[in-house]
Amino acid sequence: MATILEHPAIQPAVVTFQVNGESRALELDPRTTLLDALRDHLDLTGSKKGCDQGQCGACTVLVDGRRVLSCLTLAAAVKDKAVTTIEGLAKDGKLHPMQAAFIECDAFQCGYCTPGQILSAVAMLEEAAADKLSDSEIRERLSGNICRCGAYPNIVAAVRHVEAGR
Amino acid sequence: MHPFEFIESQTAEGAIHAVVADPQAVFFAGGTTLVDLMKLDVMTPGALVDINRALPDSIEERAGKIQIGANVRNSDVAYHRLIRERFPVLSEAILAGASAQLRNMASTGGNILQRTRCPYFREAHAACNKRAPGSGCDAMKGYHRSHAVLGTSESCIATHASDMCVALAMLDAVVFTQKENGKGRRIPFNDFHLLPGETPERETVLERGELILRVEIEPSKLSRQSHYLKVRDRASYEFALASAAVALDLEEGTIRAARVALGGVATKPWRSPEAEAALTGKPAAKETFRAAAEAAFSGAKPRRDNAFKIELGKRTLVRALEELWRQHS
Repeated sequence: MATILEHPAIQPAVVTFQVNGESRALELDPRTTLLDALRDHLDLTGSKKGCDQGQCGACTVLVDGRRVLSCLTLAAAVKDKAVTTIEGLAKDGKLHPMQAAFIECDAFQCGYCTPGQILSAVAMLEEAAADKLSDSEIRERLSGNICRCGAYPNIVAAVRHVEAGR
Repeated sequence: MHPFEFIESQTAEGAIHAVVADPQAVFFAGGTTLVDLMKLDVMTPGALVDINRALPDSIEERAGKIQIGANVRNSDVAYHRLIRERFPVLSEAILAGASAQLRNMASTGGNILQRTRCPYFREAHAACNKRAPGSGCDAMKGYHRSHAVLGTSESCIATHASDMCVALAMLDAVVFTQKENGKGRRIPFNDFHLLPGETPERETVLERGELILRVEIEPSKLSRQSHYLKVRDRASYEFALASAAVALDLEEGTIRAARVALGGVATKPWRSPEAEAALTGKPAAKETFRAAAEAAFSGAKPRRDNAFKIELGKRTLVRALEELWRQHS
């Protein structure tokens, strides 16, 4: 808010949107990214800030069911849309199958990229629909999510696990 | 980030009016280039005019042509049945670029207008004639391994980064725009982007406030027999060092017609009539493809660190043609 006061000519952006099924309304500096709105204004810190310039995928969330980078998305631009973060994947206290598969397959080390990896993988299987994907296609389709620990083989295994169970 | 006002627009006319009225205003679509460059203080607009609800976002077939609305997201173009069947090169080129998340965000119009990845353009304190006209070019003596060898000038050697545009250049796409006075323009894709010359800050023929409404492509035997090949430092999620969009019309081993455009090596999406002339009427064979590659790069100007791109670009074109030939023979 301080930044708005420093620039009195700039009107705050009023953003109403759905986050994990709940209606939220925020008054924000128009510069606020969706990532910062989630983390700093809604205390949803599951979405991670890695590079903050659209190169690592740690901030991946779903907007109207499609995977996007929340660090390059302005909060003002998701008005009236439905956002899903990692906090919104589990239902009734039960992990989403992709979350369970990541644990089952040990698909992470430090875990920083994991929320983005999981959301990206969930959306990827939606996109692929009935197509059967090879390991290299899974890798290609998930290439927007970087894992510095190099957990890639187990991430592919987790995706396979979920794919096989559909 | 420089402060800005966020203005929603419901119509193309309203958006154009808002940008014309405020010299600090720019159009805002997917934001993948703009928000990135605003964070770097490379672009500092005072207002963003949101056109996401103001422009067509569907792919339509009209009078035998395919019209792609400016707001159609890159992923929706790439996976569209009509595009995959009739313009495989366009689908392949889009899917070779960026990541799934970025392709879900980036619009067709925005991809056409995306800015270069030259590190000196992206560094607000470096000398860059494109970002700050007249300031010089730090790339000339600095890091320029990724820079262009075709279409360069003494002012600028920045590479055009788009894969999609290389396919559109090869397909003879047409860009339809709307201007302040309500009049529209029909701009052939290969006239759309400008060579840097002495004014690298001017990248396209668009006038201030002129808005891209849609892109049109026409299916043909050539567009159906087309292919995109991209060569880069990583297997995925990386800009091209060299790429080629190619189409061949073959009859009993002879090339009746050919289309060639190159990416990653030039300052704009690079159509190569020289390569096309070297292919037309010749037998489909590796020697013919190599001759076309030599012709395509005959005017190339290497600098200290990017000379490898000439041979890499030639081999990329030869391999693209060979792969396409194998698919259709």
